Amino acid sequence: MSTIAHPSGAGAAPGGGGGDASRRNFLYIATTAVGAAGLGAVAWPFINSMNPAADTLALASIEVDITTVKPGEQIVVTWQGKPVFIRRRTPDEITAAAQAKLEDMKDPQADSARVQKPEWLILVGICTHLGCVPNFDGKSSGHLGEFGGWFCPCHGSQYDTSGRIRKGPAPKNLGVPNYVFLKDTVIKIG
Amino acid sequence: MALYPSKFKNPLINWIDARLPIFTLMHHEYIEFQMPRNVNYLWAFGAIGMLLLMTMIATGIMLAMQYTPNTLLAFDSVEHIMRDVNYGWLLRYMHANAGAFFFLAIYVHIFRGLYYGSYQKPRELIWILGVLIYLLMMATGFLGYVLPWGQMSFWAATVITNLFSAFPVVGDPIVTWLWGGFSVDNPTLNRFFALHYLMPFVLLGVVLLHLSALHITGSNNPLGIEIKGPQDSVPFHPYVTIKDLFAFSVYLILFSVFLFFMPNYMGHPDNYIPANALVTPSHIVPEWYFLPWYAILRAIPDKLGGTVMMFAAVLVLVVLPWLDTSKVKSLVFKPVSRLFFWVFAADCILLGFCGANPPDGIWVVAARLGTIYYFAYFLVALPLLGKFERPRPRPASIAEAILKGGGSVHAHAATAQPMEKA
Repeated sequence: MSTIAHPSGAGAAPGGGGGDASRRNFLYIATTAVGAAGLGAVAWPFINSMNPAADTLALASIEVDITTVKPGEQIVVTWQGKPVFIRRRTPDEITAAAQAKLEDMKDPQADSARVQKPEWLILVGICTHLGCVPNFDGKSSGHLGEFGGWFCPCHGSQYDTSGRIRKGPAPKNLGVPNYVFLKDTVIKIG
Repeated sequence: MALYPSKFKNPLINWIDARLPIFTLMHHEYIEFQMPRNVNYLWAFGAIGMLLLMTMIATGIMLAMQYTPNTLLAFDSVEHIMRDVNYGWLLRYMHANAGAFFFLAIYVHIFRGLYYGSYQKPRELIWILGVLIYLLMMATGFLGYVLPWGQMSFWAATVITNLFSAFPVVGDPIVTWLWGGFSVDNPTLNRFFALHYLMPFVLLGVVLLHLSALHITGSNNPLGIEIKGPQDSVPFHPYVTIKDLFAFSVYLILFSVFLFFMPNYMGHPDNYIPANALVTPSHIVPEWYFLPWYAILRAIPDKLGGTVMMFAAVLVLVVLPWLDTSKVKSLVFKPVSRLFFWVFAADCILLGFCGANPPDGIWVVAARLGTIYYFAYFLVALPLLGKFERPRPRPASIAEAILKGGGSVHAHAATAQPMEKA
């Protein structure tokens, strides 16, 4: 390599071979770095194309009329492809939810922090374990689990009348979506 | 002019082979290739796996021409295949049943490797590539199961993708990315179809690497002793080709029984109900070939712990060549290890039953004990057995064991050199 005349510029070290070697190393590293950055920049559009598209993100809020829901019943509506439970609780259920001891819970949260009006419990109906829809069957209490709330058929998680996880593998309480009461009988979710 | 000196007589083949010696390669690897003369029928299951992969790709391509990966149309397009497409019922039932049979064949193949120590030096990389093939099979099988968009499809997709949400911080963004939305929906089905079409070809590529590495070391055999000379081996063709073909015939009879007389036996009736995001079926179970992993997932009463243990249960196989400290491959010579092996095999079946049953009462206890034994077998039993069990003496060579012993290895153990390292 010593027979090749390298142009002597500002970056060229005096003394020939050693300076050339370090300059070559610099060029290798610089080329590799630029190449890697370029590959990363090209990879990102590919990866990000799999994230939710604009029309998916734009899914609007929904309004629900809750006039027909009787105490002890729940209705299920779809919001962003997910089931949302709207449950009208009985006085007994409200009492049970309010008086449950927080220290017994895996994800302690007071009932008052989970509802706007104690009678209406509004939850994302997706088990926080692996995403199944927990069962609610007000007529046959066997499906409510030991805590009178919901029972997930997949892996046996049990939620209480505030939708809090009380038993089983799920790590968190059922989620509470953003919602507002537009009127006493109409709520807007999202 | 540097052409390859091809030995083929046919002028056309010779012309091609001189420029691209693929005929020489195939002749070398599948005609002359030396196989141990004592391999038994368990060695046919790799070839059966290959036949099944070909079945899956061939039927899958035909099905893809009729299927529509859209949540509004997918379920109906599968019914269109079943009712309207010429032989559509046959193609779909072949695809569905061959998928299950593929797992069955590969499980026999894996347990054969475990029993005869086929993962030991020098075949560690063949084994690791095999684990990779198995992982690709699981991913492909799962993606394909989602496509009919029935209730089991939908909820399998929901539960399996939610496994990733167990990981702290990155979990939820990963799940959203996998879904392409905020629930399993049309973007999910669409990409699952694309990936389900892609993965088998990736799998085929890894199979070719698996075979390339195998043809460096050669096949293991029931004695676990390497080939020492021509007296120990036979050429691949016709000895192994004929044996494999006979195994194919037997397998095809069994496959046809399922295909023509009970095509839905291994399926789940709930998958003939269209997907409904608001109702989870009361008892969801994976396909039978995933049940032991599912049992391990549920045995741990913690979401992250269960997910980690389930992945660990598969990945522990990668380091198996270094967990087994024994220098003797075949369990034929290790009676104590053999006992532990059969308990392990029974344990895997027990875990399968645990996975199939609802997670309460005795099944939870059984799944936990089964999980403990599963990991203890690899992490405790194999390292210690290799150190402390004294293997029985082995014959000096494959030929000696076969030609003198009339099939019985133990009768001639006395003449063997003790603890000889092959």
